[in-house]
Amino acid sequence: MIVGSQKPIDEIWDMVKDFKKVLVFGCNTCVAICHAGGEKEAETIAALIRMRAAQEGKRIEVNHLGVMRHCEPEYFDPVMDEVRRYDLVLSTACGVGVNFLSERIGEIPVYPGINTSFFGGVPEAGVFTELCAGCGNCILHLTGGICPIARCSKTLMNGPCGGTNKGKCEVSPDIDCAWYLIVERMKKLGTLEKLYEIQPPRNWSTSRDGGPRRVSLEHIRAYEEKEEQKPEPAGGKK
Amino acid sequence: MKSGSNLERVILSGQPAVTAELGPPMSADPHEVIKKANILKGYCDAANITDCQTAVVRISSIAAAVIAFQQGLEPVMQMTCRDRNRIAMQADLLGAAALGLRNCLCIAGDHQKFSAAGRLKGHPGAKNVYDVDTCQLVGILKKMRDEGKQEGGDPLEVAPKFFIGASWTPMADPIDFRPINLMKKVNAGADFIQTQGIYDIAGFRSQMETIRNMGLHERTAILGGIIVPKSAMMLKYMDSSVAGVSVPKPLIERMTKAKDAAGDDKKKAKELQEAEGIKIAVELIQQVLETPGVRGVHIQAIEWESAMPGIVKAAGLYPRPNIPEA
Repeated sequence: MIVGSQKPIDEIWDMVKDFKKVLVFGCNTCVAICHAGGEKEAETIAALIRMRAAQEGKRIEVNHLGVMRHCEPEYFDPVMDEVRRYDLVLSTACGVGVNFLSERIGEIPVYPGINTSFFGGVPEAGVFTELCAGCGNCILHLTGGICPIARCSKTLMNGPCGGTNKGKCEVSPDIDCAWYLIVERMKKLGTLEKLYEIQPPRNWSTSRDGGPRRVSLEHIRAYEEKEEQKPEPAGGKK
Repeated sequence: MKSGSNLERVILSGQPAVTAELGPPMSADPHEVIKKANILKGYCDAANITDCQTAVVRISSIAAAVIAFQQGLEPVMQMTCRDRNRIAMQADLLGAAALGLRNCLCIAGDHQKFSAAGRLKGHPGAKNVYDVDTCQLVGILKKMRDEGKQEGGDPLEVAPKFFIGASWTPMADPIDFRPINLMKKVNAGADFIQTQGIYDIAGFRSQMETIRNMGLHERTAILGGIIVPKSAMMLKYMDSSVAGVSVPKPLIERMTKAKDAAGDDKKKAKELQEAEGIKIAVELIQQVLETPGVRGVHIQAIEWESAMPGIVKAAGLYPRPNIPEA
């Protein structure tokens, strides 16, 4: 899932203070699970803005709303008339949601209400860890299912650097050395010799380095187009 | 001969090689490099010119290497994977070769967050590169030199002839993978290896036994790392905080004893510890060189270049061999 984290209220206040009608718009999928930007958090942020406005003597109408997802139009289309009543949308969806809504909302600004952190998992309640970098060319079969691109601070491809200290990364004793984990895991799997082979310089063009990416499934697009062209069945919709 | 560098010639001669380290200053003034180069000249076969070590901005390795070279000290330019992508790396390698440099050590580089272990501001918010890792960089140098090709495949009219080095931390976690790490660097094309500082001779010898069983000592020249200790505090710090370095208790006790012998006299405590540090360094050099499979030493007298002549002489490694170019 996409993990987000809350922005400091001072930063949010700087964004919203000059608007009159603000909607804090939550997304109830990924960022709700990580307690950053679901409808519940949107409600809390709206309350914090109202309190701050009262303190600063500003009159701002602040409300909140939430939909299941911000990354597909079908989820927010039904509430767009309501959303367009405001002069600022503070989206607590991930950055995808902010971009996606910005392109569809018209002349109303959409500002980010949270920081989008990473793609991660939930090892225990309240803890989220980065596990994938979305590099576009997965090599997890070569590294025991542990990603050196997302989890090694230097994205090393051929084994640990000299900075591994008691299984931890030189960047911080709170960070596991990915290569330590990879080696231990592959020993257990009996596949350590896979690591003997040199991984050549990587083609990063499948990653962000190749420019913004797009996946287009032609067979799905063709199917959808065909469905749209079909005549209504006799008797109309039920 | 791959590069014809002095370091390569000494290694090929079979005599134990000696490399030193020269850290460029945080300054646009070349005089410190000139001064250090003149201290080290004659007491090593080549000196590593660090590449923004500890992730702090200094005179670049290539520029300082050229300054040292002009003083008659053969440099080993260093190149970290932290700061350049493969385009900048190869451009700099061509430039370095055009300027006459012939040794290059490939390293990952301290993470940008390191900032001299927090003693300086550094640039912890910098974007790191790591387009390629050390193994891959070694391979790029080899391809440029031996095939006359860039990483992407385009031809090079004149190939840069580098003697290719890499670092190795024999005793860091995961310890049983470290020999594989070395193997990969050798397979990629590392002609010489400089190790992390060794204090734990028994631990190092055990790793070297594995290396000999793998035959790696014959395919690359391993130079054992010696970090000259300056004080009991430094030894304790390295033991507790530097990855892959463990310092046996008796060495720390020796230094502590030297310090305590001075009582409250701080100046004397410094002198006594430095003298003991030099003694320890000389002993370590001898023990490392006695280890089968070792072809030399890489002596780091960090910000203490003036200690080098005495150490090299006391270790019986002076004068350095003079092997003319063929």
